[in-house]
Amino acid sequence: MTANGWFQIVLFLGLILAVTKPLGVYMARVFNGDKTFVDPVFRPLERLIYRLTAVDENHEMRWSEYAVAMLFFSAVSMTVLYAILRLQGHLPLNPQKFAGVSPEHLAFNTAASFTTNTNWQAYSGETTMSYFTQMAGLAYHNFVSAAAGIALAIAFIRGIARRQMETIGNFWVDMVRASLWVLLPFCVVGTLLLVSQGVVQNLRPYDTVKLVEPQQVQKNRADGKPMVDAAGKPVMETVSRQRIAQGPVASQEFIKEWGTNGGGYFNANSAHPFENPTPLSNLIEMFAIFAVSSGLTYTLGRMTGSQRHGWAVWSAMAILFLAGVSTVYWAEARGNPLYAPNVDQHASAVQSGGNMEGKEVRFGIANSALWATITTDASCGAINSWHDSFTPLGGLVPLVNIMLGEIIFGGVGAGMYGMLIFVLLAVFIAGLMVGRTPEYLGKKIEAYDVKMAMLVVLIFPLIILAFSAVSAVKPYGTAGILNPGPHGLSEILYAFTSGAGNNGSAFSGLTVNTPWYDTTLGVAMLAGRFLMIIPMLAIAGNLARKKHVPPSLGTFPVTTPLFTAVLIGVVLIVGALTFFPALSLGPILEHLLMYAGRTF
Amino acid sequence: MKKNLVISVLMTVVTTVLLGIVFPLLMTAASQLLFPDKANGQLIVRDGKVIGSRIIGQPFTGPGYFHSRPSAAGFGYDAANSGGTNLGPTNRKLIDRVNQDAAALYAENRNAPVPVDLITTSASGLDPDITPAAAYFQVPRVAGERHISPEEVGELVRSHIQPRQFGFLGEPRVNVLELNLALDRTTGP
Repeated sequence: MTANGWFQIVLFLGLILAVTKPLGVYMARVFNGDKTFVDPVFRPLERLIYRLTAVDENHEMRWSEYAVAMLFFSAVSMTVLYAILRLQGHLPLNPQKFAGVSPEHLAFNTAASFTTNTNWQAYSGETTMSYFTQMAGLAYHNFVSAAAGIALAIAFIRGIARRQMETIGNFWVDMVRASLWVLLPFCVVGTLLLVSQGVVQNLRPYDTVKLVEPQQVQKNRADGKPMVDAAGKPVMETVSRQRIAQGPVASQEFIKEWGTNGGGYFNANSAHPFENPTPLSNLIEMFAIFAVSSGLTYTLGRMTGSQRHGWAVWSAMAILFLAGVSTVYWAEARGNPLYAPNVDQHASAVQSGGNMEGKEVRFGIANSALWATITTDASCGAINSWHDSFTPLGGLVPLVNIMLGEIIFGGVGAGMYGMLIFVLLAVFIAGLMVGRTPEYLGKKIEAYDVKMAMLVVLIFPLIILAFSAVSAVKPYGTAGILNPGPHGLSEILYAFTSGAGNNGSAFSGLTVNTPWYDTTLGVAMLAGRFLMIIPMLAIAGNLARKKHVPPSLGTFPVTTPLFTAVLIGVVLIVGALTFFPALSLGPILEHLLMYAGRTF
Repeated sequence: MKKNLVISVLMTVVTTVLLGIVFPLLMTAASQLLFPDKANGQLIVRDGKVIGSRIIGQPFTGPGYFHSRPSAAGFGYDAANSGGTNLGPTNRKLIDRVNQDAAALYAENRNAPVPVDLITTSASGLDPDITPAAAYFQVPRVAGERHISPEEVGELVRSHIQPRQFGFLGEPRVNVLELNLALDRTTGP
């Protein structure tokens, strides 16, 4: 660990802190329908969209209609994406002549993945997807799945803020305003910033260049296995050219982070020099992952009239973030104890040292650890280093971050409503301890609300643990494992955690493009998104109906450091009680065995 | 119910055109206008031929060149097939590979400890950089092979170190392709 590494981590959090208020105020104005500086451009466009789609922008929805609209939109747009994937070979902007995505289970998995804001990738971008599919299929869903998430968070906040009302807003209006006001203008600026750093943005066919020094490579048979001669020696061939994948990357890159989507244009995601060429592009992308979610804590305070509550929630998130990033940075900087002593893993002025397998030199340890924490705190899932090659404890943190529900800033919108579920539980538990009916910002929290909140808390681990358990014992599950020993269990656990949590990052050694994994992970992603949203909206609708109770002496204040501590406690206790047994058999066991010198 | 279904269909069509087609095409046009070199991948032309991208690594294994990091992209530095090994920290395949490579380099370079980035694969498989430590480590071999003084080669390395961006972002690094091209300019390939 170096002083500069810590400085970069603190600098990042400082930038996020700085953007929270301006972005939060802006979003509150957008969703209250107040004037903003981009109205002259986007208000006419918004009206045009409503005219073309027959939306009545003054119509208010009950929670159930809000849910139905969101579900219909997701179902229709997912079907269209599936069709684009399958018909890719007949569609334009396909200079590499990629055929339709097959088999069906891969297309289903990908369609479910991008519709649910997961962006799990069982395919490799540059060898599978045409420019049209990337733009109109995948990048498009980066926008609308994020916009839907923001809309849902705003609806939930309205549920808290409104009194004795039946409705919580209009899904179409919230979704369109999120797209046009919260996503699009920032994406225009962010995309161009990234291009200025070297992220490519073109429609040219892949380039072929002549290597400076031709290389000898093993020749492969048609089935992918190395070709051997009569003596059993591998047959070598000379490769003198390099094919360089191109495409409209930057326009997908920025929304990938700003909307906490995470699906890389290329297989290597934000580790690829064309997606993330410089330390500055890296900072811009990390900043984009947290910005909206951090801003939403301020929007929460603003719309519910308790700004200090917004900051109390922000503080809980920031503390959990710092705990995570410190652990990963420490674990990765220590390096791998199984490497021979003649390998220099020490940090110095000329190298960052540490566990460099699966990491890029320009990012080193600090920025790889920082990114891994951010991307799993949020439900982003973009990566700039391979989590599968992290040390056991370094890889444990991203896994735990997702298991806690991605509420440490979290996905755009999803992090907010996820955290609010924990806020309700924290208030409920505090109420139980003092023996009073719990209240939250003037609303009594009653049996119905807590039951729905518990549904959200329980559905999530049920999906993860059930699918993981089956995969860990059945041959069609264990066949996919790349790294044997406890690490293999970690790979499976991470896959379903990432799927159900709509994260999208992976311990990517696991071979997942099989009927079993494509299908079950697709189901996990759909369940992890939509089964959580319905009880969440039910709570919102129920809260909106209640009348306001003025705070009394028995009210547990939600604006104090004590509240922040209770909230962190509830998050950690729920997470630990649920997942500790599984974690102890995976990363924790592997850590102990690694320091005992075991390999697998 | 039916109304929201109809809106869903119309909304999908309208937003796909706006966000999935118009937005990326406008961004492509703007990027090509404002940053044509960056937007097209910073291709390097030598003697009228495109010989690579400034920010995409190439394989170098001959003794007279500075070596890049090991690569798991396709058959190695396949820039149409990026990726890492995904080998876990306790995987025997990883430990054996690293320790064997380390032993070879350790012996070759008069028992100097081997910088870890030189024997570990990068995340993209296309890492254009090595650390300054890994570059200095290779100076004796390159200098011997090219029959020039280690001081001269060391000076070339020093002049190719890219410091942290703005002095504090990221890590110091050396672009292998640019360093080797400079080497070729100094002594001929």
